[in-house]
Amino acid sequence: MRSAIFAVIVTATGLVLLLSFKPHNVTAAPERPGVMSDPPAGDANGQADTPATSGKKSTGKAVPKVTANPGSWPGDGAGLGETAGEKVISGVVADTRFGPVQVQLVLSDGKITGVQVLQAPQESRRDFSINSEALPILDQEALAAQSARIDTVSGATYTSDGYVRSLQSALDRAGL
Amino acid sequence: MGTVFSFDVRDDGFERAVAEAVEWLHRVDETFSTYRPESVVSRLDRGEITLADCPPEVVEVLRLCDEASRVSRGYFTPRPGGRLDPSAVVKGWAIERASRILTRAGAANHCVNGGGDVQLAGSSASGGPWRVGIAHPLRPGELAAVVTGRDLAVATSGTAERGAHIIDPHTGRPATALASITLIGESLTMTDTYATAAFAMGDAARDWVGELEGFEAFAVTASGATWHTGDFPKLAVLTD
Repeated sequence: MRSAIFAVIVTATGLVLLLSFKPHNVTAAPERPGVMSDPPAGDANGQADTPATSGKKSTGKAVPKVTANPGSWPGDGAGLGETAGEKVISGVVADTRFGPVQVQLVLSDGKITGVQVLQAPQESRRDFSINSEALPILDQEALAAQSARIDTVSGATYTSDGYVRSLQSALDRAGL
Repeated sequence: MGTVFSFDVRDDGFERAVAEAVEWLHRVDETFSTYRPESVVSRLDRGEITLADCPPEVVEVLRLCDEASRVSRGYFTPRPGGRLDPSAVVKGWAIERASRILTRAGAANHCVNGGGDVQLAGSSASGGPWRVGIAHPLRPGELAAVVTGRDLAVATSGTAERGAHIIDPHTGRPATALASITLIGESLTMTDTYATAAFAMGDAARDWVGELEGFEAFAVTASGATWHTGDFPKLAVLTD
């Protein structure tokens, strides 16, 4: 690395993570963006389950373990129920190996203003920013110098696919 | 099926820039999707148009594909399975460009995460560096490492999501040596692309990435062991 300064802490065991509700803009490509994603299994257009190819890396996002409270991403209007000009649309319940995942969209004037997670396995809350609390980490000295706060996660996990599937179905139902 | 992208912009007043970045991602999708028969890439693959008919972005991406293929000694291919599919370059490239849109608009501190591939800029909320957890590929919900940095790209290729699905172009079979590999670089386009190639390469990626200037790697093997390139942990000591 030339200009970038970075550091790595390798953890001996996992971290227990808690959500932090920071303002986020979350967007999903509303249609079938082959380039940006893996298609879902059993997709309606029959284009899912494409064979393994070297060009397709896993696009799932990390699903850190979070507390079980099914919070919402607090976009404007998320979790507030329908108000004038708003529509609330639930996605299908997508089964994952760790349990069902279901999300709900809040739309305002055809735009997504909030995403709420209705059902999720305890570890399922993806891509939203995450905080972690004091945790078993290999390098305790390094940890002491820094909090264990995590801003985002890189890597593939299992339940993200379910999250995206439910989100996609909600998008489809919304006609987006 | 859309990959979910998140934009974490640490300063107020950049809604318009985020909207522009989102619009950019949709445009990329329309142009490059292999799942849209009418996309430029699909039409190019079918031979209905030539490269000369393509927008400059497509020419650029295909050039990057060639470069990645050359640098990775063929472990990256823009034609996995025979059909044109530059997806592995496009994703990181699109995210990096989205990040640049934000930077240009003055949003110096932001994080763009697309499907677990991350471009960081500036600093996080506290004014300190961004902290990126690397999901453990074999232990869902756990982190294998934490990467910290300011202007940095982090990309992870792995099998966790749906089993082995990155083909080693040299054998035609799925690469199975690694559970996941994370690359760190300055910009996401090649960081992400090389992560895909490195995954196909397996343990040989350790030496390969080790010789690539400006990139470091951290891998979790299929058996759960880990390895990293030389400066990966060394730079941890240099944390500011």
